[in-house]
This record gives sequence, structure tokens and C-alpha cells, in this order.
Amino acid sequence: MTTRVGVVTFPGSLDDRDAQRAVRLAGAEPVALWHRDKDLHQVDAVVLPGGFSYGDYLRCGAISRFSPVMDTIIEQAKLGMPVLGICNGFQVLCESHLLPGALTRNDSLHFVCRDQKLRIENAETAWTRDYSAGQEIVVPLKNGEGRFVADGHVLDQLEAEGRIVARYLDVNPNGSYRDIAGITNAAGNVVGLMPHPEHAVEPLTGPSTEGLGFFTSVLKQLVNA
Amino acid sequence: MTLDTVKNAEQTPEAEQPWSELGLKADEYAKIREILGRRPTGAELAMYSVMWSEHCSYKSSKVHLKQFGEKKPDSDAMLVGIGENAGVVDVGQGYAVTFKVESHNHPSYIEPYQGAATGIGGIVRDILAMGARPVAVMDPLRFGAADHPDTRRVLPGIVAGIGGYGNCLGLPNIGGEVVFDSCYQGNPLVNALCVGVMKHEDIHLAQASGTGNKVILYGARTGGDGIGGVSVLASETFDATGPAKRPAVQVGDPFQEKLLIESTLEIFAEKLVLGIQDLGGAGLSCATSELASAGSGGMRIELDTVPLRDNTLSPEEILMSESQERMCAIVEPGKVARFLEICEKWDVIATVIGEVTEGERLEIFWHGELVVDVPPRSVAHDGPTYNRPYARPSWQDALQADAPTAERLLRPSTGEELKAALLAVAGSPNQASKSWITDQYDRYVIGNTVLATPEDSGMIRIDEETNLGVSVATDGNGRFTKLDPYTGAQLALAEAYRNVAAGGAKPLAVSDCLNFGSPEDPDVMWQFAEATRGLADACLVLGTPVTGGNVSLYNQTGDTAIHPTPVVAVLGVIDDVTRRTPIGFAEEGQLVYLLGDTADELGGSAWSQVAHNHLGGLPPKVDLERERLLGDILIAASRDGMIDAAHDLSDGGLAQALVESCLKGGNGARLIVPTGLDPFVFLFSESAGRAIVSIPRSEELRFNDMCGARGLPATRIGVVDGDSLEIQGQFTVSLAELTDAHTGVIEALLA
Repeated sequence: MTTRVGVVTFPGSLDDRDAQRAVRLAGAEPVALWHRDKDLHQVDAVVLPGGFSYGDYLRCGAISRFSPVMDTIIEQAKLGMPVLGICNGFQVLCESHLLPGALTRNDSLHFVCRDQKLRIENAETAWTRDYSAGQEIVVPLKNGEGRFVADGHVLDQLEAEGRIVARYLDVNPNGSYRDIAGITNAAGNVVGLMPHPEHAVEPLTGPSTEGLGFFTSVLKQLVNA
Repeated sequence: MTLDTVKNAEQTPEAEQPWSELGLKADEYAKIREILGRRPTGAELAMYSVMWSEHCSYKSSKVHLKQFGEKKPDSDAMLVGIGENAGVVDVGQGYAVTFKVESHNHPSYIEPYQGAATGIGGIVRDILAMGARPVAVMDPLRFGAADHPDTRRVLPGIVAGIGGYGNCLGLPNIGGEVVFDSCYQGNPLVNALCVGVMKHEDIHLAQASGTGNKVILYGARTGGDGIGGVSVLASETFDATGPAKRPAVQVGDPFQEKLLIESTLEIFAEKLVLGIQDLGGAGLSCATSELASAGSGGMRIELDTVPLRDNTLSPEEILMSESQERMCAIVEPGKVARFLEICEKWDVIATVIGEVTEGERLEIFWHGELVVDVPPRSVAHDGPTYNRPYARPSWQDALQADAPTAERLLRPSTGEELKAALLAVAGSPNQASKSWITDQYDRYVIGNTVLATPEDSGMIRIDEETNLGVSVATDGNGRFTKLDPYTGAQLALAEAYRNVAAGGAKPLAVSDCLNFGSPEDPDVMWQFAEATRGLADACLVLGTPVTGGNVSLYNQTGDTAIHPTPVVAVLGVIDDVTRRTPIGFAEEGQLVYLLGDTADELGGSAWSQVAHNHLGGLPPKVDLERERLLGDILIAASRDGMIDAAHDLSDGGLAQALVESCLKGGNGARLIVPTGLDPFVFLFSESAGRAIVSIPRSEELRFNDMCGARGLPATRIGVVDGDSLEIQGQFTVSLAELTDAHTGVIEALLA
């Protein structure tokens, strides 16, 4: 049976079709989920895509967090369902308190779009099993509010528990504390990532195909589960 | 406050009206009275004044724009031509592509962020209104001197506005231009282009037909923004104690526009609309009169049903408001419910504001009282036409005589001097890397971007199964056009055509944005006449029809006009995007060939500007047959896998092209100056009809045979190699030095 991976569309989601393509290229079946619909339609995992849900009004992710679909996702995530939040999706996960910390305005005060080198720090989450710890990859990054911030003790705890999933290499593009590009929850099923692996899945359109691993990882996780 | 109804207008024929303040001439006001057989009501006067403005009616330019139709080349590709929201071109496999470039110059100078943002919003709605899904945007931008203090105010705001709006829509920004010249100091040029894709059967037109069909206004509520001149009418005639001036620049909400796009595409998919029009310049006045004028029958509008942001707005203001993110659709009564349901799904407000009627009048009611009763065509299409006087400027001869010959402008001659000149050009604001600007735009979203700036053209895959794609390049050179407007316009087309071909796509069609000074100045009008004549003639030769575009006049400060700046966008098609040709020298050992002929042509060149701040002489000559041949060769070589890189030669000549190809590919090159050519001319001439290519050694013979058979001069000038650029016998410059000179320039000046 094909693994079904849901991709949520909020009003203002932009990279939802890209995430669906990445899911398909990884060998799973993408399922479009609508923000007003609580039903997850028997998906095995969920991607919250990039974009500007609800126009990023109030605060990025702050309104989406109250969408009907998020009630179910939060509930299922706590039960272990793999959830990947990319960019705006990461912001939604922080606003939902599934992940600690917050994403604030880039220190440059500008939106930035660039090909970003990352180091995978934790290759044991549901979304990073196909990488090896320490592996370096290049994927696009594009955000205006991508600066990961948290209290010192939260950062220390993330470090101590190995919950930093990826760090920026060479350039810290947004002033994120401790060069953090992505983190996971304690169980390793919920991952938030500021860069965009779904834009690095085809040699024709991406700087590499090194983003595909996030989407193949979750398939293995589900097959083995 | 008295309502100026039609009845009132009939009874008070001598009432004073502020037609002059609204920009109408005495004879235009008289013509309106003649059309109506009475004085216009306030609302009618407001509608005529905006629709007959230069911006909406093209009254100074249309006698010249006619040539684009009269000299139109035979093209099987044209599906919809000039006159609709945007032209539509057949690209094969059942797909049609629509594209258009427009200006938002004046608002962007006054309020850079919102001016530029709403420029994107407007052009995207034009493309959407044709039935297409918007798939990419581009921004040709021109600013004053890079080191002028006001450029620091204008540029960051405009760039942030384009990014802030475009990024939020989820449309990749794949190219454009950034040019600095002091002539744009008080008049930056903010042009915006959008490309959209649809199937042939999905093409929609702006027309209202079928008695009883409903007129639905949907999108944002109507507010008091962007009203401009009509506030004169609102405050002086009707309510002298009211707010004096409404803001003239519109404020954009990209989130609302994104919802408008998605809901509209869903509405198209279910075939729920007969005709559709976006609300841009002149707002509801334009949308209702154009829809009614293009269809059969009349239209009746209940203006008081329009959802408002500010309930103190007068009927005149509602008609004139340029509030963003609104569309108007004509829908059969049986499909209205489903239409409204889709809008509700996307949280988009939609309201039935009227219907198509049997008569031939556009009638607008305000709480039951008739305030507008006009023949729609007289508003939308029968505006005035001017034959403005024009004459070759008295200074043109002196300008052309001031040629940058070796005797008049000191040229670098030693290797060290040539190296210094190359670094100076590569590091000048116009030639330096624009990544600080373009990195503020999302180029990845939708996942179909095959080429994006700094490539020669932007290329988008439109079918993931077949790899069909389209590419677009925009170019313009105000310096060349100032020296010779006829040739300058042709050079803009030639460059855009060459850029599209260099990427491997076949050029199909043109959209243009004609940015000029005041049409009331005969010098400017001559530039306009010459440029349009040049462009129309060149389109005929190259077989690329003009499908639409925009004219922006009055770009001047006091008596000083900007350089005449026709910006030309060329759209091309490529059957297989995996065959595209990038600019970077990616493979060591490949051979570098120079295609075309190099002459001593430095008039208007980047070198003459950077080294001597000089503008004089004649621009490079244009040979359109050669451009077409060069294009054919580049396309064939790409399709047959004979070349791995190609870069057109334009601003900064060969020197600049080499810098860009080396830095992009991360490889150096060793070059030899061909015998008989002066090293300076070899490096810095801007002769048209040229490109460099890199060729795998195994393909050299085949490539040479093709060029020989077709008669295109192809000269082997070197090899991709090492980590420096070497011009043998002259100088060597490392990639590190080139990077240093070429990058960081814009941020140092503006960040």
C-alpha cells in the first residue's frame, strides 16, 4: 500500500504544490489537506508547507495555528505521527507549541533567497533517517522571518538532547541563534526546518537533489513502523 | 451633499463643473456634452476624465501604436492580440501563454514600497483576467545615480515592495533589469512583467453579453485609496467641508490577491464566467465601461451595493477608486450560486452589483437614482486622439557628432590599463552583480524555474511530463535610444531576442513598455515616433508580433525628460527545458567561441559611461537578419547538444560577458585576441548580433560546419581553464579579483 503524506493548504500557502511534488518523487502519495477540514483523510504523515498563511498577519503562523485542521494535527503529532513544518510550517509548529522557540525577523531586515549549505546534525528523526549525521547538503532558503530564537536554557536543552536537526554552514543567513536551521521535538517525529528541501528534489529546478532525503526518510520510518 | 443625478444635470445645464481640475481640455468637455446631449453628471464627468486620461486612452500615443498592428508579421502563434488585458500566444501541446509588461513609475517615486507592490498586483490581475494561471514575474527597474542620496530612499523601498508583494503571491521572480543613470533621478522606472499559462480553451475575454447575466464584483472592499484627481470633484463640487485629498497611491494586500488568484482559477476550472476584467487604473469606471463596450447590450449597475471600506465615499469616488485586489465577472444567473460558494471557500467577498441589459447604455444607479447614463463605448474606446507635433531635436546632430573615437576619448592600451578597465566596468553599479536585489525575491516557488537571473533569460517549465517551457527576457537601453531612437528601440528588441535564443528558446512574441517624457514636448514626441517606428519595423523582420504592453509618458522633471526608454520583453518557447543553455562556463577544457562580427562601436557603451561619463556618437548598428541567424544557430546548437554555455554580448561587451560566464561557472578562461582586432575593441565594443558559447571539443567540428554552412562568423577565441581570466599577451586577472570587483557593490552603496 502506498504511503499517504498529507500537505496542508492554508489560505496563503505557496509551496504546497512543491511539497506535493517532493512527496510524489520520494515515492509516496501526496494528499491535499484543507485548513478548514479537521479530517486528515487517513494520511500517515503531514507536511506543513511554506508560504504566508493568512498573510502572516498578526505574527507568522499565529492564525494558522487555530485552523480546524491543526487541532487534529496537534493531537496526532502528540501520538507520534510524523509532521514536517517547512519555513512557514516551522513557524506554525512553534506557534502550536509542538516545537520550542520562535522565528523572528531576519537580522538583515530583508527577505533572503539563496542556495544554503546545511549540516545535518541529527539523522535519527522521522524526517532525516536517509542522511548521515554530519552530512552537508545544499538546499534553497527563502524567508523574511527565519531567525530562530529561544531562551538560553532551551537552546542548551536542544543541544544536550541532540534535537538540533540542521545548522547553517558558511553563512548564517538570518541571524538564527547557534546557526540553527531546524529542530525536532523530543520524540523525533515533529521536525521544523527553515530552508526548503522541497525545492531541491530535481536537478533541473533545484541547486541539488539533496532535499529529497527528508521525504524518503519518512517513508522508511513508516514502512519500518 | 446633493446627489448629481441625470435628472439634475438635465435641469441645471449651466452648473459649473471642475473639468479642468480633472485634467480635461475645454474641447474634450464640450465633446462629452455633445455625446450626452446635456452636461455630464458628476459621476459621468469623473468617468470620462479618468478614461480619457493619457494613461487610459493612449490619446497621444495611439496614432503611433497603430503601426504594431499595421506592420504585424504573419505569425501562427498569435491567439489574442492588442486590445485585451494581455496578448495570448500559442506555444504548442494545447498550451497558450499570456504575458505583458507594464509601468508603475509615478506611484513608485511617491511611495516606493506600495507603488512597486501594486505594480506587481496590477499586472498579475491582467494575466489572471485572460484565464491564465500566473507562473512568473520579472521587474525591469531604472533608478537615478547609484550614489545619489535619493536612490537610497527609492531603491530599497521599491525592491522591498516587489519582494513583499510578489513573494507573498507565490510567483517566482525570474529576471528583469536594474539600471542606474542620473536621467532617472526624479523619475525611476518601475516596470513589471507577468507570464501566465493556460490551455487554449480556457482563454477568457473582457466582454459582457447576454441580457440578464449578472455582474459580480469580487475581491477586496472598495476604499478611498488611489482616487487621485477625482478628489477635486468630490471636495470642490459637492462637499467643500469634506476631506480635502484622498491618497493617490494605492495600498496593496498580497494575501487578498493570492486568494483572488486561487478563487478565480477555481471559478475558471468550473467554467462559471462569460467575461472577466480586473480592476486597475480607473477602477470600476474602466471595468464596467470596457466590459459593456466590448460585449453586446448594455449594463445596469447598482452602485450602492458595492462593499465599501469607508461608507462616506461618494458615488464618484466609488467609480474612480483604484483600490487593489478586485475583479469583475459576468456570470449566467444559474451559475451565480456556485460562483459565490467558491468565493466563500477562499474568504473572498463577492457581490452581484448589476446585470447585462437589453439596451445600449451603461446605467449606474445610486440608491435608485440614475447618476450615470452613457454609451459605454464613448467612455472606453472613443476617447480623444491627438496628433501631437514632433520634430527632430535641434541638439540631436551635435550629440551624434560627439563620437567616442580614440582621438576624443582616451582608451586603455597596455595590458594593465585594459585589466583596470575590465575591473572598473565589472564593478560599476550597472554591470555589478545585482544579487543583493534579486536575492530579496523568491525565484524557487512553484518548483518550475529552470533559469533565473543572472542568466540571460528567465525560463519556466510549463509541463512536467513533456518538459515544454517558455522563457522571457526584458531589455532596454536608454543611452542607445537617446543617441538614435529608431535604432535604440531595435537594439532593445534585438537584445531581448538574443537573450531568449541564448537560453535555447525560440522567440515568438513581444510585449513593450514605452517609457518617455512629456508628449507635449516635440523633441520627446519625435523620440516616441522614431522608437515605435523602429520597433514595429524590427518586429516585422524578426517575425515577433507585439501582443500588448503599455505607454508611460510624462516621465520628466521640469523640462528635462528621461532618456527615451522602450523596454522590450520577448517571449520564447522551448520544447524540452532540459536542453536549456546556461551562461556559466561549467566545464574545463571546453572551447570558447565568439559568434558574430566585432566593429569599433563604443557609442553609448558601458565603457564610455564608466571611464569617461560620456554619451555621444551613434549606437551600434543593427542587422536584424544577422540577429535571426545568430538566434537560429544558438537554438539549434542547444537542441542538438553542441554547446554547454552561451551568453549574449551587450552592455560591457565581451569583457563583461566573460566575467559573468567565468564567475557563474566557477572556472577561468584563457583567450587570444583574434588577429586584426584591437584588444580594446575586442574586449569593450558593444557591436550587436554577438554571443559567446562554450563547446565540448567533440562538438567543435559539427558546430563549425553548421556556422560555416549558414554563414555565421564563428571565431575560436580560447578555452575554459583554471581559476583566472587571461587575455594572452595582455593581462591575467584571478576569479577572486573578479569576484571582489563584481560583488558587494550595490550593498555598499545602498544597504
